Amino acid sequence: MNIALKVWRQKNSQTPGKMVDYKLSDVSPDMSFLEMFDVLNEELSHKGEEPVAFDHDCREGICGMCSMYINGRPHGPETGTTTCQLHMRSFNDGDTIVVEPWRARAFPVIKDLVVDREAFDRIIQAGGYVSVNTGSAPDANDILIPREIADEAMDAAQCIGCGACVAACKNASAMLFTAAKISQLAVLPQGHAEHQLRAERMVAQMDAEGFGACSFTGACSVECPKSISLDHIARLNREYLGAKLASNNA
Amino acid sequence: MIDVLEEQETGIKLDSKAPEGPLAEKWAKHKFNLKLVNPANKRKYEIIVVGTGLAGASAAAALGELGYNVKAFCFQDSPRRAHSIAAQGGINAAKNYQNDGDSVFRLFYDTIKGGDYRARESNVHRLAEVSVNIIDQCVAQGVPFAREYGGALANRSFGGSQVSRTFYARGQTGQQLLLGAYSALSRQVANGKVKLFPRTEMLDLVIEGGKARGIITRNLVTGKIESHSGHAVLLCTGGYGNVFYLSTNAMGSNVTAAWRAHKKGALFGNPCFTQIHPTCIPVKGKYQSKLTLMSESLRNDGRVWVPKTKEIAEKVQKGEIKAKDIKEEDRDYFLERRYPSFGNLVPRDVASRNAKNVCDEGRGVAASGLAVYLDFADAIKRDSKKVIEAKYGNLFEMYEKIVDEDPYETPMKIYPAVHYTMGGLWVDYNLMTNVPGLYALGEANFSDHGANRLGASALMQGLADGYFVIPYTLGDYLATIGPADKIPTTHPAFKDAEQTVNDTISRMLSIKGDKTAEEFHRQLGHIMWEYCGMARNAEGLAKAKKMIQDLRKEFWTNLRLTGSDMELNPALEQASRVADFLELGELMVDDALNRNESCGGHFREEYSTEDGEAKRDDEHYTYVAAWEYKGPNQPEKLHKEMLKFETVKLTQRSYK
Amino acid sequence: MSWVTTTLSSSLGRKVVMSLTGLFLCSFLIVHLVGNLQLFKGDEGQSFNEYSYFMTHNPVIKTISYLLYTSIIVHAVMALVLTRHNQASRPVKYAYQKPEANSHWTSRNMGILGTIILIFIVIHMRTFWYTMHFGPVVLNGETVTAGSIPEVTYDGEPIKNLYAVTTFAFSYLWYVVLYVVSMVALSFHLVHGFQSGFQTLGLRHKKYSPLIEFLGTYGFGVVIPALFAAMPVFIYLKVHHILF
Repeated sequence: MNIALKVWRQKNSQTPGKMVDYKLSDVSPDMSFLEMFDVLNEELSHKGEEPVAFDHDCREGICGMCSMYINGRPHGPETGTTTCQLHMRSFNDGDTIVVEPWRARAFPVIKDLVVDREAFDRIIQAGGYVSVNTGSAPDANDILIPREIADEAMDAAQCIGCGACVAACKNASAMLFTAAKISQLAVLPQGHAEHQLRAERMVAQMDAEGFGACSFTGACSVECPKSISLDHIARLNREYLGAKLASNNA
Repeated sequence: MIDVLEEQETGIKLDSKAPEGPLAEKWAKHKFNLKLVNPANKRKYEIIVVGTGLAGASAAAALGELGYNVKAFCFQDSPRRAHSIAAQGGINAAKNYQNDGDSVFRLFYDTIKGGDYRARESNVHRLAEVSVNIIDQCVAQGVPFAREYGGALANRSFGGSQVSRTFYARGQTGQQLLLGAYSALSRQVANGKVKLFPRTEMLDLVIEGGKARGIITRNLVTGKIESHSGHAVLLCTGGYGNVFYLSTNAMGSNVTAAWRAHKKGALFGNPCFTQIHPTCIPVKGKYQSKLTLMSESLRNDGRVWVPKTKEIAEKVQKGEIKAKDIKEEDRDYFLERRYPSFGNLVPRDVASRNAKNVCDEGRGVAASGLAVYLDFADAIKRDSKKVIEAKYGNLFEMYEKIVDEDPYETPMKIYPAVHYTMGGLWVDYNLMTNVPGLYALGEANFSDHGANRLGASALMQGLADGYFVIPYTLGDYLATIGPADKIPTTHPAFKDAEQTVNDTISRMLSIKGDKTAEEFHRQLGHIMWEYCGMARNAEGLAKAKKMIQDLRKEFWTNLRLTGSDMELNPALEQASRVADFLELGELMVDDALNRNESCGGHFREEYSTEDGEAKRDDEHYTYVAAWEYKGPNQPEKLHKEMLKFETVKLTQRSYK
Repeated sequence: MSWVTTTLSSSLGRKVVMSLTGLFLCSFLIVHLVGNLQLFKGDEGQSFNEYSYFMTHNPVIKTISYLLYTSIIVHAVMALVLTRHNQASRPVKYAYQKPEANSHWTSRNMGILGTIILIFIVIHMRTFWYTMHFGPVVLNGETVTAGSIPEVTYDGEPIKNLYAVTTFAFSYLWYVVLYVVSMVALSFHLVHGFQSGFQTLGLRHKKYSPLIEFLGTYGFGVVIPALFAAMPVFIYLKVHHILF
């Protein structure tokens, strides 16, 4: 396959960036999208140019590090797929592929396609945990949890924190990410004790990071590599509203 | 009894510090004997934790909860991305919730035997003991383990174990456990007890006065070289499987932290013990960057086979016929044939080696000839497609995404791939290396899996070390040294180390050669896989040693690097890691050459039984090979920690 | 800040305001529609005029109407605030986007649809509400004095003849077209907005959400705007003796 690429290049956060054209020949349809970038980078290195910086690590769709906005969609054209799981067979010979970094005020570009997603960590630090000290846990089977509840928690807990939801959202909203954690811990008895404070704090942090509001377009869920449902956003809304109306927190 | 081990002229004394007394009482007794740090004094200590996988995140969180000040470092953009996240299958614990005869002792015994009797009894028993606490802790954190309809935790049998003791969260157990530890860590960050340093890589260990004093790091975004001082340094940096280039590890997984510590005096234990996982998606092209594991649980229902003859296999390789064209009588279900009692469920090392053998005979499938079939046709016929889908749906989907073939219709093609490294920094019972104040946890240490790790045991060990061992054992050291025993980062020891790191980076950037780090890495991987992979022999290893030495020489004269050091430069990060792999590779070869026996993941062709099974030599090799660095391009010095088995009897593993 | 201001200044709190005002406006639409259906009666506007008299004189209805005006303003102002916040959340735009791959056009363009509806409301209010209350109005080429519109007497009671104003307004084709187009915008706005309002309040459940979805799509997305649009069309056809 022959592929033309338009890739966002930006030296660092202070320098303005631009789209740069590259051409690659002999691309195998069996290559993963990132392996195609490896080939490009090897070519660039040999030409004495700087390779394209991009985030990636596990290359099996679970670490959440890869984050390319490919042809107008986060993680490219396939659903339920991360960039690293995308293969070149999803494209045609002669295609032009546009590759950009996630765009959001809360995700500033560090270099080329690499963005800073520490805002997500700070949202979790605001309350995405159960306050239980090591060693103080009761026996794991002391609290029975119905299977469908455990399954629902797992559906939400699958979030890989890649940020595709933010990238896809027209408002760069982090609602699906935030909701996934709040929902997971809200349905489980272990997370119930702190559920009000958690919802209030995590939402406040989400807003403070500069993410947008939810317009319920559903783009986040469609583009989510783990197809996390909008049900969890509804639960977040419920949790937040309930907390604001009923909790004793200021 | 204290194992004081073969003391040699260098003065390094390998003391395992394994407590005396009956096996089951060792840990309890040891915990009582350990010194405690006064709660008010804990805040006077600074602990450095490198790596935020299961071991690192759990250790940082647990130590933060106790009141210590912790600095946690990871090279990824967030602690949540550490490669523990990719573990699929599950985590073992001796809960015996299934009433099927499990016990702490049985888990201990299975682990010791599975490790082919090359692990320390005391450590492994402790691991089995605390395994039950891990599950409690994780459930309390909100880890959504699979459950029965009644609400109790579900278990499955895993990796050929005869009891169902594996807890799991779909095919994403590692992810859920890591996110649990990450949430505990995040809580301590919010409490101000842990400070995170993401996108920061440790490049050197600082030792002064014989103790670990801190680390030198590079900020991967700005390129700045920084010093961090602490009372103790915990390396929780995972394994070194990426020395093989292609492995199931993440692209960034590396040995750098452990290796640089090794070069500063920490001994490296059993480096040649690597685990080759039998069920991975085979290599497809020269551009391939990593291998993807398909969970071992697939072998519960899948049947492994290849064509009976080379002739038929060749036709498959050329694409003339497909799996379904091969008649039943022309198929060789080689695991079932050779191991009638365990069949397709033989341990990982055995399954891998057999797959390699049939492919070496020319009977492999796929264009490369390096793959065997994993066939679900019989299981689907027996249980229906729906049942199989419920069990393995997400795995089948993942396979189809990568290979573009439907495993319900056509058998999967699998081949072994490097997965885990049992070797690592030598540690004593307290998880401390021979360098006081330097600890190694999780896959980064050598301690619990011997020569072969059982499925669902890596997660268990990482969390055991972090949540339930280090909070006790570290206190003992800290109480001994006292809060004042720390040096500032302005100390010459830090300045010298910073200088060395800077010099190394400058040196790499100034070579301006023709070959990228990627190309060196690929070449090294090829050598390692070929000569120090699933099967090894003295001749090949000797050849590999020379090849690695030559490649290393070439690296330092012909490396091509673009960009500068004062910016985000992934190529520079890779080069720095490859430089360490090029040294580690040689040590692995040395270790493999030294160990004239076959055990677990280490298979020396010269030491096998008549029908090709591994042959251990307990008389001469019941020891941990702990290697001491002796300077650039110098042969390393071997220290031996003799393994004493007080409880189990050494037997030949048989799965016939 | 009190908990009220904290809540209302959060992104979720603002969405809740959007939801509550929006759903209130939805409920108004039903009442408005039911009343306006009187236009279809063949009684030369008597029921319609009596209905308008009731609506402008009942104290409860009058109170609710102020709530209604407030809701419209709050809904619009809050939408503006949210839109500005949302736009600021992505200062650098994508060079190439394919939003149709993951979401419906309506859900992404509530602001545009809402603006069309707002303009429509202004025109609508000017034509009817303003005339009803303050006049003046030009009727059959004659300017009727301020504060008064033609009156009609039923059972000896003179009341304002809004029916006459209505039939006059809808005798113009462009005005009818304007209404029909606005009702299309309303349809799209409600198809997304009605369900979205429930989502924001967290009212989502696999048992009941299909009903909300059905109501939003067919009730508020089709039936209500279609009936509203039918009124000007009906009157136009009637006035010009085209069909009736």
